[in-house]
Amino acid sequence: MDYHFNFTIVWRHAWRLWWGLGLSLQIAAASLGLGMLIGIALAVAYTDGGRVTRTAIAGYVEFIRNTPLLLLIYLVFYGIPSIGGFAYDATTSFIFTLAFYAGAQLVEVFRAGLDAVPPGVVDAGRAIGLTPYRNLIYVRLPTAFRISLPALSNAYVSLFKDTALGSVIAVPELTHGAQWINFNTFRILEVYALLTPIYLLTGWIILAALRLLERRYAIVRAM
Amino acid sequence: MIDAMIYALPFLWDGFLITLAVSGIVVAASLALGLVFGVILAFGPVWIGLPIRVFADTVRAIPLIVLIFTVYYGLPALQVPLSPFWAAVAALAAFKTGHVIEIVRGAITSIHPGQMEAAKSIGLTFLERLVYVVFPQAVRCFLPPWINSVTDSVKGSALVSLVGVVDLMMAIQQVIGRTYQPMPLYILGAMIYIAVNAALSVASRRLEARFAATVAT
Repeated sequence: MDYHFNFTIVWRHAWRLWWGLGLSLQIAAASLGLGMLIGIALAVAYTDGGRVTRTAIAGYVEFIRNTPLLLLIYLVFYGIPSIGGFAYDATTSFIFTLAFYAGAQLVEVFRAGLDAVPPGVVDAGRAIGLTPYRNLIYVRLPTAFRISLPALSNAYVSLFKDTALGSVIAVPELTHGAQWINFNTFRILEVYALLTPIYLLTGWIILAALRLLERRYAIVRAM
Repeated sequence: MIDAMIYALPFLWDGFLITLAVSGIVVAASLALGLVFGVILAFGPVWIGLPIRVFADTVRAIPLIVLIFTVYYGLPALQVPLSPFWAAVAALAAFKTGHVIEIVRGAITSIHPGQMEAAKSIGLTFLERLVYVVFPQAVRCFLPPWINSVTDSVKGSALVSLVGVVDLMMAIQQVIGRTYQPMPLYILGAMIYIAVNAALSVASRRLEARFAATVAT
């Protein structure tokens, strides 16, 4: 093995990694936020809607779940502008792709959350005279949200990992930064020796922090 | 739109076969390795279980694309000659092995330890205990998450296109490079992936029903 490790060149460009890490975390947060909106809206529509709505939502979920994320990224970034006649930059399109991707998973999460709201609680809401809409906003959604918190933490960490795929359409996130250093300095092993622990540590830290939050706010379903 | 799809189909066939080959090899290799390491993790001593645990947790905690790039760019730097195909397959298989280890361990630990003790008391060897007592019961817990991970492998195989292997994803990109019509091709590609995964989930539902029936007697 004749490989001589030389980290000095990599350190000189390491700002690309830190900057990319920040962008990755932001993309994950933005797409989780948008994905949650999609997820909540569709979960409510699914739970309270008719058969046509349900079939349409199930179709969306199955489409996203059975298609490679890479294909979805290409489809949104190259495909949609080619027929829509408008264009957006890589980061925006990537955030929307991840949002649709997360949304499909979060529909299931929130649907389970809505189903897990104890019927007595909903009845109590009706008994004090809440309209169905207010019952949804003040009783069912907040309860369902707190039940779903652990799944949301997992979704965030998993989205953070998925941001690595942004590198294929040149979103300047963490993996893209690493590839830039790889291609421009040829310090291959050093870059990946740094990149792997960055993903590992960040994932662990986020998950530990979110678990603390959950302990404060989450409702454990097995009450 | 339909014309572009029909025009493209013959060009996608070879790539489609590569996608199937990659998925097949990855599923088979990860199942074999995952079974062995999962059993070791469940029953072995701590000193041998710890590296397995570290491996499984590490590959599951980093993005698959990072693993593929690490193997693809990293091993040649260490003077290990490796074709793009095998580099990508090795990375995918390592990634999937991490998942299968976890599924196997979970399925085994779901079996009451009394089962193992009872089998021991009637004089079965360790291998016999596994094959005749633990596995037939654990398979019910093992199948649903494992089938999920098989569909994941088919989807994950699209990433081999990033290191230049001409799989279905790459074949799609090549046709787009000639026709400049991205949308029909991406939709066609999505339909092919969905068809493969739908076929898999029909097959898996049969498999699950079969095992549920035999064990429940």
